[in-house]
Amino acid sequence: MELAISIVVGFMILGALYAIHAKDLLSSVIACGIVGYSLVICFLLLRAPDLAIVQIVVDTITLIIMVAVVLDSSKEESYSKLDTRGYITAATGVLIIGILLYFFIDSIQTLDVLGKSSLRMAKHYIEGAAQKTGSANLVTGVVFDFRGYDTMGEAVVLVTAVLGVLTILRIKGKK
Amino acid sequence: MTIIVKKTTQLIAGMVFMYGIYVIVHGHLTPGGGFAGGVVIAGSLILVTLAYGGDFLKLVKEEAGTTIVESLATILVITIAVSGFLFGTKIFFNNFLPKGIVGHLVSAGVLPLYNIFVGTEVAASIFIIFLSLIIFKEESQK
Repeated sequence: MELAISIVVGFMILGALYAIHAKDLLSSVIACGIVGYSLVICFLLLRAPDLAIVQIVVDTITLIIMVAVVLDSSKEESYSKLDTRGYITAATGVLIIGILLYFFIDSIQTLDVLGKSSLRMAKHYIEGAAQKTGSANLVTGVVFDFRGYDTMGEAVVLVTAVLGVLTILRIKGKK
Repeated sequence: MTIIVKKTTQLIAGMVFMYGIYVIVHGHLTPGGGFAGGVVIAGSLILVTLAYGGDFLKLVKEEAGTTIVESLATILVITIAVSGFLFGTKIFFNNFLPKGIVGHLVSAGVLPLYNIFVGTEVAASIFIIFLSLIIFKEESQK
C-alpha cells in the first residue's frame, strides 16, 4: 500500500509543478484538479471514506468556480523580469526553506515512531464510543460530540468567509 | 445553454438534491454527514444556475425593485446560515435526547439535528459565494 501511495503522491507533485509553470491559466487550474483528485485516492487507500467524500465534492465545486473566474480574467499569466526586490524575495525564501528543513529533520529524529504514543487519546475515543454517543458512525460522534467546539468554530469561520466575500465583491455600495 | 443541457439538468438536479438530503440525514449511520451533504445540495443548485443562466433566478431586473429583492434574498440566506449554528450552541455538550438503539435512523440524540443545521448552513454559504460572483458581475456591467 505504501508503494501505491508513493506513486499517487508523485503524481500530485508533478501536477503541482505543472500548475506553477503552465502559461495558460486554464490548464493550470486543471492541473490543480489533478492534485485534489489524487488526494481522494490517497484517502481511499488509507481507509477514510468520510474525508474522501468531502474532498471529492469540495474539489469539484472549487474547480467549477475557479474555471468561471479564469474565463473572465486575462487567461494568461503575466510575467515580469526580476529586479532587486525580486532577488531579495527569492533569497529570503531559500533561507527560510533551509531553516525549516533543519528544524524538521531535528524534530523528526526526536519524535516517537508514528502510532505508538501519540494515539493514547484516540484509544479512549474508540472504546465504547457507539454506546457513549449513540452514533454508529464514529467520525460523526467525534466531530459533533467529543470535539463539538471545533465544529462550531468551523461553522463560524464559514459564515465569516461568506460575509468577507460579500463585502469585498460588492461594487454598488463602494461609491 | 442548448436544449440538451437544459433537459438533462431537469432530470438530474432533483436526484442530486435528494442524494444530498440522504447523505445529511444518514450522517450518523454511514460515511458522510452535514458538510459533505451540504456541498452536494449546493452543487445541485449551482447546476441549475449554470444551465439556465442568472436571469432564471429573476435576481437582476430593474433598478429599485431588484435591490430590495436581492438584498432580501441575501439576508434570508445569511439568516438561514447563521441560525444553523445559533441553535446548536445552546445545547452543545448536552446530548439531552434519548440515545435510542445504535444503527437505527432515529437515534444518537441531538447528533442528527447538528447534521441538518450544519448541512443547511454549508449549502447556503457555498451557494451564496457562487451567486455573489454572478450578481455583482451583472451589476457592474450595467
